[in-house]
Amino acid sequence: MTRGLAILATLALWAGISYGNRAVEWMLPALLPTPGEVVRVFLDSVRDGSLVTSVTTSLVRVAEGFGLAAAAALALGVLVGVSTPVRLLVEPIIEFVRPIPPLAFLPMFLVWFGLGEASKVAFIGYTTFFPMFVAVAASVLRVDPMLLRAAASLGATRVDLIRRVILPAALPGIIVALRLGFGLALFVIVGAEFMGADAGLGHLIMEGRTFFNPAQIVMGALVLGLLGSAANALLVAAERSLFRWREARATS
Amino acid sequence: MKIQVQRVSKSFTADGRRTPALVDIDLDVADRELICLLGPSGCGKSTLLNIVAGFLEPTSGTILVDGRPVTGPGADRGVVFQEYVLFPWLTVQGNVEFGLTLKGVPADERRRIARRYLELVGLVQHAQKFPVQLSGGMKQRVAIARALANAPSIILMDEPFGALDAQTREILQEELGRIQRVEHKTILFVTHSIREAVYLADRVVVMTSAPGRIKQIFAIKLPETRDRFAPEFTQYESEITRVVKEEVAKVHE
Repeated sequence: MTRGLAILATLALWAGISYGNRAVEWMLPALLPTPGEVVRVFLDSVRDGSLVTSVTTSLVRVAEGFGLAAAAALALGVLVGVSTPVRLLVEPIIEFVRPIPPLAFLPMFLVWFGLGEASKVAFIGYTTFFPMFVAVAASVLRVDPMLLRAAASLGATRVDLIRRVILPAALPGIIVALRLGFGLALFVIVGAEFMGADAGLGHLIMEGRTFFNPAQIVMGALVLGLLGSAANALLVAAERSLFRWREARATS
Repeated sequence: MKIQVQRVSKSFTADGRRTPALVDIDLDVADRELICLLGPSGCGKSTLLNIVAGFLEPTSGTILVDGRPVTGPGADRGVVFQEYVLFPWLTVQGNVEFGLTLKGVPADERRRIARRYLELVGLVQHAQKFPVQLSGGMKQRVAIARALANAPSIILMDEPFGALDAQTREILQEELGRIQRVEHKTILFVTHSIREAVYLADRVVVMTSAPGRIKQIFAIKLPETRDRFAPEFTQYESEITRVVKEEVAKVHE
């Protein structure tokens, strides 16, 4: 309810300023697109199919890069979480690489992987891997050691401990890590597509700049925002149904 | 002998200082015997239990179970913890079936066994609940059923009723007594409640204040079903209280 009102208020503010600007010409009207113009660009690009192509192109890149990074982060994060020697080995490397803003390496990815799909997928994978890996490892390390004792005294082997205790106990943290990574993937795909891409939402936005069509820029940004919210809502819903055991108290 | 504790010592090192926790513990536990380890807090009774469980290694000495040295935790020694330590993502039934799942017992067989032990602890109607939905006393009943369902010959209980209110505590003591008359496990039970020890134990092992040694062992010659208000009961209670007090006093000197 409040959320809906807040969104409506924001839209109203945007409409008020942009249509007001039309009247008083406080700045060049073309620079400040109105909601109507953005909707028109949106409908046009839906009609000619370009929006669908852009969205699917970007989403495929995000899915591939994020998928690869998630698999790697999960495997390595769990390994680091359960093995102290591996942790001591990996930690300094991660701490060295992690503070470098990933965008600083984007040109490097273009040099290595060219202008095609590979560079975008690799870049998204690289960017999302580190935060996901760190979050997965942290949630594995946070698993209550008493749970491991309890399972060991019931006959659990090392593999049992990972499969039947560490993974389920760390799963809430792992899902949060994936949410974080997916959000970040949508974040950086734009940057990757700004540089040398011929399709995708980032390219759509850049095209808006090249052909001086601010409404297209705003439309692209809003579509990205909507995708992000939708993905987040899906993951939150998945979390709710997966972690019935944490919220069970409320329904008892 | 079911459990043989042979010259077990344990010291902990913190900040480069070695603090002895247990010194030269020798204890033989017979098959189907219920032993209560009693002593002031910090006397190392839980440490001894953790060594028998295989969670800690003794600094010196050995633990033999059925004549074989203990090298780590195992399904032959079930453990019941003070803080229950149930798997929160599993239902009550899932928790009770956990050990059987590890052994690869088929699902219908698991369900049958779980049902039997949930009946024993009176929780059949709560089988599909999650641990967060249960009270402390119910959680500890689940933990006991989980340990029993795995069919260990030994059960190690580390102040299992310590976190419960007095009424629940007495009820669970009575239930454990009843269960023991059916199940006949070898039980090592850590407590600091003298009443609890006299109510449950075949023998009460009183430990000294830190570093823990065995001070005195009392054989409780009372009928299986005990009356907390019988004169013999209170006599054991006051006798053991006197011995424990000497040790508690030492802590405060």
